[in-house]
Amino acid sequence: MHLTQSDPFKNYDPGPYFCELTGPRAGDRGTGAAIRSRIATIGLDALRARATAAETDLINLGITFTVYSQATAIDRILPFDCIPRVLTAAEWRQLEAGVKQRVAALNAFLHDVYHGGKIVKDGVIPGELVFGNANYRPEMVDFPVRFGTYVHICGIDIVRDAAGDFMVLEDNARTPSGVSYVVENRHLMSRAFPDLMAGMPLRPVDDYGRRLLSAMVEIAPEGVDNPQVVLLSPGIYNSAYFEHVFLAREMGVPLVEGPDLEVADDRVWMRTTAGRRPVHTIYRRIGDDFLDPTVFRPDSMLGVPGLIGAWRKGNVTLANAVGTGVADDKAVYAYMPRIIKYYLDEDAILPNVETHICREPEGLAYTLDRLDQLVVKPVGESGGYGITIGPRASKAELDAARAALIADPANWISQPVISLSVAPTLTDQGVRPRHLDLRPFAVTGRDTWVLPGGLSRVALKEGSLVVNSSQGGGSKDTWVLDDDLATDMPQDAAPSGGEGA
Amino acid sequence: MTSRETPLLARYAEGLFWMARYLERVENLARLVDVTQGFETPGREAESWFSLVRINADEEGFARRGLAPGADEVKHFYLLDQGNPTSIPANLEAARTNARTLRPLISTEMWMQLNVFHRDMTAISPEALQGDRLSRLCVRVKEGVQAHTGITEGTFFRDEGWCFYQLGRLIERADQTTRLLDIRYHLLVPQAGEERRVAELTQWFSVLRAAAGYHAFRRVAQPGFTPTDVVAFLLTDMAFPRSVALCVEQMEWLLGQLRGRYKLRGTVPALERVEELRAGLTGRPVESLVSDGLHHFLDGVQRDLIMLAAEIGTAFFRDWRPLADTAAGGQGQSQTQG
Repeated sequence: MHLTQSDPFKNYDPGPYFCELTGPRAGDRGTGAAIRSRIATIGLDALRARATAAETDLINLGITFTVYSQATAIDRILPFDCIPRVLTAAEWRQLEAGVKQRVAALNAFLHDVYHGGKIVKDGVIPGELVFGNANYRPEMVDFPVRFGTYVHICGIDIVRDAAGDFMVLEDNARTPSGVSYVVENRHLMSRAFPDLMAGMPLRPVDDYGRRLLSAMVEIAPEGVDNPQVVLLSPGIYNSAYFEHVFLAREMGVPLVEGPDLEVADDRVWMRTTAGRRPVHTIYRRIGDDFLDPTVFRPDSMLGVPGLIGAWRKGNVTLANAVGTGVADDKAVYAYMPRIIKYYLDEDAILPNVETHICREPEGLAYTLDRLDQLVVKPVGESGGYGITIGPRASKAELDAARAALIADPANWISQPVISLSVAPTLTDQGVRPRHLDLRPFAVTGRDTWVLPGGLSRVALKEGSLVVNSSQGGGSKDTWVLDDDLATDMPQDAAPSGGEGA
Repeated sequence: MTSRETPLLARYAEGLFWMARYLERVENLARLVDVTQGFETPGREAESWFSLVRINADEEGFARRGLAPGADEVKHFYLLDQGNPTSIPANLEAARTNARTLRPLISTEMWMQLNVFHRDMTAISPEALQGDRLSRLCVRVKEGVQAHTGITEGTFFRDEGWCFYQLGRLIERADQTTRLLDIRYHLLVPQAGEERRVAELTQWFSVLRAAAGYHAFRRVAQPGFTPTDVVAFLLTDMAFPRSVALCVEQMEWLLGQLRGRYKLRGTVPALERVEELRAGLTGRPVESLVSDGLHHFLDGVQRDLIMLAAEIGTAFFRDWRPLADTAAGGQGQSQTQG
């Protein structure tokens, strides 16, 4: 090894936070040390040059999302950090089991609330949180879904505290996005940093499309041979259009827009050069409200008139089912440990972050008393919007949050500030710790499968806890180590001298 | 497990047809600009350049942009003006928008090249239009489209979508060849003596070079060839890739594929248009086409091509009726020149 530069990790200090790479962990099989020594070999300058080239690749490939502001539309990449995040096989076993448990509970909960709501009658969760929820859909009552699966695609946001313990921050049971970046990040990594990856015992991530298609075929209406699956997208102007393209390609199915589909005789058809062809499963990346202008928002141009009618007749399956938003509401989230216990008679494998529900008087009082110590979140928002982080907020921001809480307590929850774990990240100042989270993706037809790893989103600004792409977040390739791969790390993995240990 | 039927969305078929047309148009526009530069007569530059506007039937659009009919204005209009729907950047924008909707279907390499090409061509500086740099710019434009063509040839899946792509490209190519011939017509100087004839032939060679057909023509031409032989070559040669007759023959084959191999109904009206086109091209000697008025004949071919495109649209794209027509080009995607 030619150490022409000093070790980029020399001044790396994760502070009081759990570090995903340098923290002591059983079962990392030497990968942490190997990454450090390989990065030292590449050197900071070359690392930067290659990272820049890798990001240019992303722009050229159009692996972008669109940010709209007033009159402009800008295609942005999700910034890519080239230092991977590593999960050991044991860590992944816990995460995978926890995600599967969570998905099972979400589906059981949805089945219950649309079939009488026993959980409400038993007093486990307040009725108004369920039946008064804006995302509760009366159209779903008593409607059967195959295998009892409502949430076919689920993304669960997980963070790690200072002790290194995983906890769930949020469930995404509607149309979670980001999986395309998991796969593309891996492609990018192997193109731009083959020397960093060589010989690493990693679980592959390229099986997602096949698994997703299998699930979409499984859930098609019964009795259909060779069901036609399509992906329904709002179209090229949607900010997640690249992901829709990715999913359609990985499944090998048409990406359709609303006007490509029509409903006749309560069946859904797509318009092809050979006339209309039947459609059986729709993976829709359109919110419930926009699916069918004759049932929901009449001004929706994205949906298909009559779609809900065809779906209620059982002639087409929608993934995810309509009305799943009642389960991933931030207020319902607070009850998830109890929901898991209620349906599965198990403790949550992945605990919640302690959550105070401001619609409840004691939750509101607790929150108002400690506003400067808590994170306050609106229940109906996503994308990191509307959040106030108490310890970092100005007096004016705290006053605004207080006023908003008092004006509409039911719209808010609060949580303690979690000391999110960090990972070494390439910055202008060198390799520095940055906070990150993890969103694993679960696909459920008859059974649940979880893509190894998930999307690691990293807050690129120093000290920032907000990882959302809309708020300046980036992402990392997420490596899940495979214990079944017997290959030992190559020799260079051996720590070089005292520094790499 | 690979026998799954893969029906083609009508919207995709239309997108492929138009993506190919826009790109073919870009390449030919670069050829036209290049040949116009070659025709530039000292002292009469404005007139030479404005003929480009005339053969593209862009007089109205040009006036709407508030431009005076000068050489620089015409170059700006076609090479830089994104607000002119017939400019190279506008056509590339339209091609890219179509490609964007086709991303699930086309190869990643096709998308990436077009994405980068579009970015380069929408950032041309006014200096690149000056002097000898203009010709080099035309080369870059041509090469960009040729790279697209090569990548498409080598990577694009050959199912019925490819037929629609090729149909769009061939209709545009045939149309553009007629325009290339027309530019010569517009500048035609009345018959004169031998010296005049040589000067005229020089200009015809420029036309052939713009169409990348000069050497091929020299190979097949009789020693005593005349301008009419050049016209015959560009219109009817069955080996020259840009000849109208060869394009028409390939269109016929593609329509036959759609009908036979892909079992699509509705090709008959389009096939009839193709037969009419061919009859017009080969029904009588080129000498009589020229003596009866070439411009008039070329106009007729252009009209037939418009109607052929309309028949294909009616048969295969008509089912696609956007509720909200927001796509760039949108309904204008039925636009035709002339």
